[in-house]
This record gives sequence, structure tokens and C-alpha cells, in this order.
Amino acid sequence: MNEIVDLSLIDWSRGQFALTALYHWLFVPLTLGITFILAIMETIYYKTGDPEWKKITRFWMKVFGINFAIGVATGIILEFQFGTNWSYYSWFVGDIFGAPLAIEGIMAFFMESTFIAVMFFGWDKVSKRFHLVSTWLTAIGANLSALWILVANAWMQNPVGMQFNPDTARNEMVNFWDVFLSPLAINKFLHTISSGFVLAGIFIIGISAWFLLKKREVPFAKKSILVAAIFGFISSLFLVTTGDGSARLVAQHQPMKLAAMEGLYEGKNGAGLTALGIFSPTKTDPENDKLHDFIFKIEIPNALSYMIHLDVNAFVPGVKDLLNGNEKEGILATTDKISRGKMAIETLRNYKNALKEGRKDEAFQLKEKFMSKDFQANYFKYFGYGFLTNANDTIPSIPLVFYSFHIMVILGSWFLLFFILSIYFVVNNEIARRRLFLKIAILTIPLVYIAQMAGWTVAEVGRQPWVVQDLLPTVAAVSSISAGSVIVTFWLFALIFTILLIAEVKIMTTQIKIGPKDGGH
Amino acid sequence: MKKIVKFYMDGFKEMTLGRTLWAIILIKLFILFFVLKLFFFPNLLKKNFSNDKDRGEHVIENFIKSK
Repeated sequence: MNEIVDLSLIDWSRGQFALTALYHWLFVPLTLGITFILAIMETIYYKTGDPEWKKITRFWMKVFGINFAIGVATGIILEFQFGTNWSYYSWFVGDIFGAPLAIEGIMAFFMESTFIAVMFFGWDKVSKRFHLVSTWLTAIGANLSALWILVANAWMQNPVGMQFNPDTARNEMVNFWDVFLSPLAINKFLHTISSGFVLAGIFIIGISAWFLLKKREVPFAKKSILVAAIFGFISSLFLVTTGDGSARLVAQHQPMKLAAMEGLYEGKNGAGLTALGIFSPTKTDPENDKLHDFIFKIEIPNALSYMIHLDVNAFVPGVKDLLNGNEKEGILATTDKISRGKMAIETLRNYKNALKEGRKDEAFQLKEKFMSKDFQANYFKYFGYGFLTNANDTIPSIPLVFYSFHIMVILGSWFLLFFILSIYFVVNNEIARRRLFLKIAILTIPLVYIAQMAGWTVAEVGRQPWVVQDLLPTVAAVSSISAGSVIVTFWLFALIFTILLIAEVKIMTTQIKIGPKDGGH
Repeated sequence: MKKIVKFYMDGFKEMTLGRTLWAIILIKLFILFFVLKLFFFPNLLKKNFSNDKDRGEHVIENFIKSK
């Protein structure tokens, strides 16, 4: 298939999807986290009756409203692209994606839109209790609507609970709960929302730091920092725990991604964890130009084996083990997987030809063979490999995945320390005097967005060439359209999103400069 | 029911910043659905084939082209 699909079409289609997904994700995590912080702030107001907490809640609610309004519906563009740029993929996964996305649509519409209206319009019009319940339900609804798209994404990384139908070329869901409760889906959801909580915590601390630097709204800023820092600290701990779980699941289901994250070429017992490393831009392994040599590397001995298997001497496969196979560790060579994938495609081809030519008995037998447990486990399992011609195609961009992963981890560690310092300074009433820390707090806002983007880069670039792990590579998922039309829409999206981003930043900075006041929405 | 309608009506009337935000949402939705979706993002399989059987056949044909 590589020969018949224009590679620039794949690259532009991927680029367009990445652009829209990353821009969309600029808006989402703040919504996920800030809604819970609002709910906590309003709960304090409800419990204490202190009007200062009402003022605080209303200000951050306004910030949330701006972010929500600018970001809402930006994700729909991704769905447009499924139908146009990725129609084969869209068809292939249709049945699996249909249920979660439909639930998301209904949930987002009913929960978010109903309760958001009460949140904004209901101050002093509905009871304090009902208003508070609405704020909590908005937070829960916003996060639950993220659940469904993350379940769908997790399925792409680890397809479970489905059966491929050779007559329709679609995957049909056979067990909703296997899809919904797959460990990868649960972990991905928890890791993603906790990253949103951390972002929201940092965002609030950063903006409050600005007020303190300007010596404005001091009680408001201190109280905001206190809530955001405690919330962010707890979320950070949760983020680390789910990140650890995520690495273990990646090792299990996407070992090539893990090898790329760690820059691990040769698998070994007692594998070390690369804490830091820099690749040579030119020097590569003489046998494989996708494997860049390290110029510099700091490794923690045995830590990777321990992190993945809770055993300091356990074996962790590297890129070369996954490419060439490792009999001792039970790893099949990629070339064998390609042969098995081609066998699966060949069987499908023979079945369709037999059907077309009216050879009913043969068609029946071929379908029986295709659907048998043995064939599914040993051949269809590698269906996607059948579209590939070169084993090296299964290696993602190692420098991009490696650097993104390490940027995410280093920044994540800083955020944890940042929350601890924020709590310490605010509890000891030193925060207003710590001007350097306040400046760093403002600078940490862009860093948390970078960490978010890096995380998604690891997740999505790391699983290349797969759109659906092992079953459908990008090359087979892309529609037969002209690269020119994708290029045009790429730049259109870049323009629209940049305008939206400028609008967001402008409106938000204006409102922040105005500061908290008692009314208006 | 009247109370709910009034609640929403009053809420929209009293909006200040919300008016700007709603304008942005509406312009955005217009661009998304009436420009991008309509002119640039047709659902190819829906557009080119009249039923699911033909769509499935087309996708399989593309899959089995691979050698």
C-alpha cells in the first residue's frame, strides 16, 4: 500500500490532525481542572457565607467561561477530518467509536449546558445549595464527557472487546465493558484529567501571582493560591501514580513506544532508566539509521526494569529486540509479523474473490478460517503489519518521543515542587514577599501547557505507525484524496485556531486586568 | 416551565461579557458547519456510496490491494 498512497498526503493529514488536536487541547485541560476548583471555592463560600469566597468563585468562573466559550466545538473539527481525510480508518473503527461518542454528545449537551447555565445565570436567583450542586455537576459533567473520547483513544492504543467483520470491513463491539473498562482506558482517563487539574492549579496560582506582584486584590490572590496549590498538589501525586501505571501499560501493549520513550535500543535484564540524554543529530547506528546515538546520557541503573516489572533484574525489550525478535523472551520478529499480516490480508482477499466469483463453498471455508480463534490470535492480530513493507516502518521518531517524554517528566517534577513551595509560602504568609517565586509562578503557566503538548506527543507520535495498534497503520487509514486539499485546510485551521487563541488571550487578559468584582457574567 | 424560560431569558439579557463570548461561539459554529463542513469536509464514504454494503466493499477493496 505504501506504493499507492502519496506519502505527502499522509504527512499533511497527520500534520493537520496533530495541529487541530493540539490547538483543541489548549482549551480542554483548563476546563477539566478549573471546574473542580470552582466547586471547591463555592463549597467554602456555601459553608462559611464569607462574601470574599463568592467574589473569588465568580472571578474564576468568568475565566472558565471565556476558556469554555472559545474552546467549545473546536474538537468537532477532528470529527470532520475522520470523515474526509481518514475515511478508511473511520469505517474500520465505526462501530466501536459510535457508542462512546454518542454518549459523550448526549452527556455533554445535557449535563454541561444545563448546569453551566445555572452556574452563570443562577447567582441570587436559585438557592445557594442548588447553585453549588450545579457547579459540582458541571465539573463532573465536563470530566465525564472527556471520559468517552479517551475511552475511544485508549481502544486505538489497545483494541479490545471487538470482532472484525470481513463482510463489512468494520470492527463490531462484542463487549462494551471490555472497551469501557480496559485498564488502558481507565488509566488514560485518570492520567489525562489529573493533568488538567494540575494545569488549572498552576494557571490560578500564576494569575494570582500577577495580582500579588501588582499589589492588587491581595486577600483574593492568597486564598486562590491556597485552594489551587492544595488541589494541584494532590492532583500532582495522582498524576505521578497514574503516569507510573501508564508506563507499565505501555510496556505491556506498546513496547516499541516504551523503547522510544527511553531510547532503549538493546533490551536487557536490569535495564536502566534514562534520566537525561541528548541525541547526536547525525550519528546513527550503522545497521539502522532510525537509531540515533546518544552524545550524552544519565542513566539510573536497573530503574526501568523495576518501574515496569517491580523487579530490578527483569528484562525490558529494546527497539532491536522488537525488530529482530528475541526467542528467549518470546518476542516475534517484525518481519514475521509482516508475513502473518500479509497472510491475513491474503485470506481476506481470497474470501472476497471467492464470494465475487460465486464459489460459495470455498468462501464459506475461508470465512470460517478467518474467524477461527487460531487465525485471529496468530494472523489477524498482525493484520496491520500486512500493509507495511519494511520492518523499520514500525519505529516511531525516537528523538521526538524521547525528548517529549523527558520534557513532560522533568516539568511534572517541577510542578510537584512548585505546589509544595506555593503551599509553604502561602501557609506561612510569605507568598506576597516572594517576588522571584511569584515571577516564576507566572512563567510556569506556559510550561504546564508545554508539558500537556509533550504528553500527547508521546502518546500519539509514540504509537506510530499505528492508528489502531497492530491492526491499522496510518498508510492504510488515510483516504484517497489530493494532498493539495489537505494543505489548504491545514492552513485554514492554522488561521482559525490562531485567531481563536488570540481572542482567548486578549479577552482573558482584559478580564484579568479588570480583576474580581461582584457581578456580571 | 415559564419560570425556566424566564430564568434563561433574564440570564441572557443580563449578560455583559457573555454577549461577546456568544458572538464568538456563533461565528465559530457558522464557520465550522457552513463553511468548513459544507465545502471542505464531506464525509467521503457517505458522499460517494449510497449504502453501507458499497462502503464496506470499497474499504475492503482498498485493504486487499496491498501486496
